Amino acid sequence: MSPVELVAEDGMIAPGAAPGALDIRGLTVSYGERPAVFSVDASFAEGAMTAIVGPNGAGKSTLLKAVLGIVKPLSGAVSVFGKPFAATRSRVAYVPQRASVDWDFPTRVIDVVLMGLYRELGLLSRLRASDKARAEKCLERVGMSDFAGRQIGQLSGGQQQRVFLARALAQGADLYLLDEPFAGVDAATEKAIIDVLKSLKAQGKTVIAVHHDLSTVAEYFDEIFMINVRKMAHGPVREAFTAESLQNTYGGRLAATQIDQLTLSAG
Amino acid sequence: MSGAEFVPLSLTPLLIGIFAAIACALPGNFLVLRRQALIGDAISHVVLPGIVVAFLTTGVIATAPMMLGAAGAAVVAVILIEAIRRLGRIEPGAAMGVVFTAMFAAGVLLLEQSDTSGVHLDVEHALFGNLESLIWLDATGWSSLFDPAALAGLPPELPRIALALLGVALFIGFFWRPLKISTFDEGFAATQGIATGALGIALVIVSAVAAVAAFDAVGSIIVIAMFICPPAAARMMTNRLERQIGWSIFFATIAAILGYVLAGYGPLWLGFGNSVSAAGMIATVAGLILAVAAVFGPCRARIGAPQGG
Repeated sequence: MSPVELVAEDGMIAPGAAPGALDIRGLTVSYGERPAVFSVDASFAEGAMTAIVGPNGAGKSTLLKAVLGIVKPLSGAVSVFGKPFAATRSRVAYVPQRASVDWDFPTRVIDVVLMGLYRELGLLSRLRASDKARAEKCLERVGMSDFAGRQIGQLSGGQQQRVFLARALAQGADLYLLDEPFAGVDAATEKAIIDVLKSLKAQGKTVIAVHHDLSTVAEYFDEIFMINVRKMAHGPVREAFTAESLQNTYGGRLAATQIDQLTLSAG
Repeated sequence: MSGAEFVPLSLTPLLIGIFAAIACALPGNFLVLRRQALIGDAISHVVLPGIVVAFLTTGVIATAPMMLGAAGAAVVAVILIEAIRRLGRIEPGAAMGVVFTAMFAAGVLLLEQSDTSGVHLDVEHALFGNLESLIWLDATGWSSLFDPAALAGLPPELPRIALALLGVALFIGFFWRPLKISTFDEGFAATQGIATGALGIALVIVSAVAAVAAFDAVGSIIVIAMFICPPAAARMMTNRLERQIGWSIFFATIAAILGYVLAGYGPLWLGFGNSVSAAGMIATVAGLILAVAAVFGPCRARIGAPQGG
């Protein structure tokens, strides 16, 4: 996709628009007969910190996976920093849902973080002391230095989530895609993770996270992307996080009183 | 036992048993961690009709046609499993179970219907192999190891399984990082540019090569046991994949040696007249090792495993 073809929010061609960190056009993904994500257009600006919000089964994780080429979309185009994902892999870090892997796997915390260096290390090059030092630094940033030698199954859920984040940090990426990083974690972990994400933003990195806790959206993120198979709203939290967009996205699943409370906290 | 007796009669069966056990145990580590241990089982079953068809078409037992036949059978099996899974909407495990038992049964029927009396290919050999008969008659002692004339008389199964083991080891060594990463976290591996689908298929193919090479010498029982028992026992000895591989090689070797010796001499020590099948005993010892590791292994407890998400 050449830059001239880049697309604005409404799906119209916007000639000469500068590419964002992530541009999605006409993305449709289907696992069976029903689409999980339908005709989504979106542009995520560099340096933004965006929450992807929507009810269960709304296609939040699927959207991330399609962007990353883990699931194959039926149609649509994705570009990362103006190029196809395959050409910009090294600039993208992905933090999958914690429950998506088997934590019984025989490996140590530090080894998981070192997996983030795979693209630099390749198949056979030896680990240098500097690689290890870098992995340890990433563990330190998530407050897990003391656990480097532990088997990953011996960690709590929140600690496991932090190890995943450390692996993403080790990649030294510019765009961070996180799938439910706060799901089922303790308060200390939640704080540690949000601190790291905010420091990434301060460094000019782009953060996009699937988020399930509507009450913290306004506190943690500056942009919100609401999805229920189709895109329902996208923009700064103050503008897009409205009673109307919540009603559209969640339908009858949120009570009116809940919506009132949420939009009050956002405003 | 003197070299003059040991080298011709026991050295080659022992080596073949050890190589076969390690060749299967190495990829077995990844299959077990990927919850695909049954694939090893399936491979060892589905290759039988392939090998029989290869023999019926060529009339000889040789490596190339056997591998081709086995590969063909594996492809047929994969297609059948996918077809049953999709058309019948049946879970993959059940589809696999149906396909591999049916194909093994078909292989047995083919064997019984065809005239294979001139070669080592019958139902019993398919199950137990013929480890004890793989002797090195040209050898006269340890010095024969350096005698080209004697080496020419080595049973062909030995270089065959040695080559297969080398291939398996090279594959795992070369693709160590992508194999480890994609076994742990397939989604992440895909984002790193690792062709996870192709790597998974390559792992199955490598396992199939090991299975076919081992199958010929030691039969399918040992193949099934070696894919699962040493790696599963090794997992309970350590929490690091690198060490688990080492333990699995150690356990496979111990099972092969102990099994071979016990099969040959165990019944005599117990006062029975005849020795028993070495392949059967090796598989039994591997099972016992797994049982002991399951009870006494230091890392068998699964502390902190995700409690349902």
